[in-house]
Amino acid sequence: MNSIRILHDKCTKCGICIKKCLYNAIDLTDNKIEVNGNCNYCGSCREACRHGAISIERAGVLQANDITAFKGVWVFAEQKSGVLGSAVIELLGEGGRLAEALGVELSAVLVGHNVGPMVEALSAYGADRVYIVDNPRLENYNDELYSAVVCDIISRYMPEIFLIASTSIGCSLAPRMASRLGTGLTADCVSLDIDIESRRLIQTRPAFGGNLMASIICPYHRPQMCTIKPRVMKAVSPDYLRRAEVIAPRVVIPGAVNASVIDIIKDAGQRVNLSEADIIVSAGRGMEEPRNLEMIYELAGVLGASVGGSRAIVDAGWLDYRCQIGQTGKTVRPKVYFACGISGAIQHLAGITASKLIVAINSDPDAPIFKVSHLGIVGDVKKIIPAFINEFNKGGGL
Amino acid sequence: MNIIVCVKQVPNPENANFNEKSNTVMREGVKAIINPLDLNAIEEALRLRDKTGGRVTALSMGIPEASQLLKEAVGMGVDEAVLLSDPLFAGADTLATSYTLSKGVQKKGNYHLIICGKQSIDGDTAQVGPSLAEKLGIPHITCVDKIEETGEGFIKCRRIADEGYEIVQMKLPGLITVVKGINEPRLPTLKGIMRSKKAEIPIWNCEDIGADAGQCGFSGSPTKVFKSFVPDRRVDSRIIAGSPEEQAAILLEELKKAL
Repeated sequence: MNSIRILHDKCTKCGICIKKCLYNAIDLTDNKIEVNGNCNYCGSCREACRHGAISIERAGVLQANDITAFKGVWVFAEQKSGVLGSAVIELLGEGGRLAEALGVELSAVLVGHNVGPMVEALSAYGADRVYIVDNPRLENYNDELYSAVVCDIISRYMPEIFLIASTSIGCSLAPRMASRLGTGLTADCVSLDIDIESRRLIQTRPAFGGNLMASIICPYHRPQMCTIKPRVMKAVSPDYLRRAEVIAPRVVIPGAVNASVIDIIKDAGQRVNLSEADIIVSAGRGMEEPRNLEMIYELAGVLGASVGGSRAIVDAGWLDYRCQIGQTGKTVRPKVYFACGISGAIQHLAGITASKLIVAINSDPDAPIFKVSHLGIVGDVKKIIPAFINEFNKGGGL
Repeated sequence: MNIIVCVKQVPNPENANFNEKSNTVMREGVKAIINPLDLNAIEEALRLRDKTGGRVTALSMGIPEASQLLKEAVGMGVDEAVLLSDPLFAGADTLATSYTLSKGVQKKGNYHLIICGKQSIDGDTAQVGPSLAEKLGIPHITCVDKIEETGEGFIKCRRIADEGYEIVQMKLPGLITVVKGINEPRLPTLKGIMRSKKAEIPIWNCEDIGADAGQCGFSGSPTKVFKSFVPDRRVDSRIIAGSPEEQAAILLEELKKAL
């Protein structure tokens, strides 16, 4: 539970905390400073107090008896340099569905600098309300600053559900927040449902490399937090006539940070963000030699696809680790996944089974990849790829 | 630099069992291995130690049998290993695990860096690293694939981001999570194996680390498994026959339909 105490031995009753409080939560009664039930533990009074007479403990929000105070579905509106993360509109689509089932509003939390223009898109894709924190110090994502700011807003406005995309940023931010709030966090959900009676969020995710699905609940803590991979949920069609209510809460941004990004190295040319790719061409040991990867790149080139690979060829040094697909690499969910010369070890299959269409090309008819592929070609991958590229070019593409 | 490496014992994914009553993983009786990415964490800790001096401690939370795996870590070259084990720790989700580990880390004390594998292959959440850092009030960097530089009170790392890399500088003490690409874990040496046979692995229980039992294990876990089920993996599978040219032509037609 959060708690706030006035240390009366230090307090001079100067009253500055009363003026600074945004919620009329502090009174001077019987010649004593007292905090009333309006307090949101935001810390403005503690910042303002010159005598160190205010102590706040934010152990987390969240006890069984006060979960009914939490209302609303929130989405973290990840953005980089003024561009919303591609998964944000998908989360809004899903969040809207949950909010409707619960009869509550859908909100987005937008943190950064000069982020105002993104409110329009958030509204169009379903946000009823946007909580915005705009500050030059928040221009670039930072774990410590963003987690402090977002947790502060959550503690004050108390949503019952909080959704974050499983991106590089989201996967760093979400556990830090859940740990601070003392609430549950379910990673990489593939479906969400509401149990109307209990208002609980039923969060389903794969476990053990997809061999098992587990439905997780967070019955006694709020918010119920989960991360969701890009491309899992569906966005609604935008309505640019919608206008969300904008709230700009005053938050205290921590003064010092202990870790910060000092340089960014963007990938030139080759797209490697496999988690957001529509088409992936993936290579395995069956390509036989590293130079045969040329035809993989060529195929990816004509299809506008990203290139991935099995653990075997990454371990052999043919391909960068970031391209590895499977249990110790990336999980992908493209529209089309080409498995070229990949036998289909269980660890690899764990990373690809969410793909819409799996095309397998392999010389071994008994290869396990053919058990999960929608289209299988038994044959020499080194002959079939060039034939396909030829056919593709002849036919003028897809 | 004194380093603590967090190590998780995971059941071999090919023969995992579940307790259907509690819907949790049964670790008893299943051959356990060190989580693969934790081997990379150990390797990176050993390399840093060999460069900068200091000690490497492997820390695990698990059943008493996990001390066997910690001995493997000693065989690889860690200076000491500690197991946090108590029936009260059973059934922990990532929050309760992070809390328990944080109490173990605090009892150990005197550390500059904590290294975790990015994620475990059983839970697969990638949450414990950042969550532990928050519990300890220290900064963290996830997905590190290269340590660029270490110096007085700081570390500079390259991390994998969505569209490339980020170079992050962090004050110590801090925590990093590492990916597979960072190194190739060494095998235990003969000398190491001899040492590990003699090594004593202390076991600390809930009381030893001064943990609040209510925040540990099942009772300290906000998330509960509501149900689990085996997904339907059957697919409509079609094998395309013919010459490479015919196969290519049919494949193209099918793709046009699908996209």
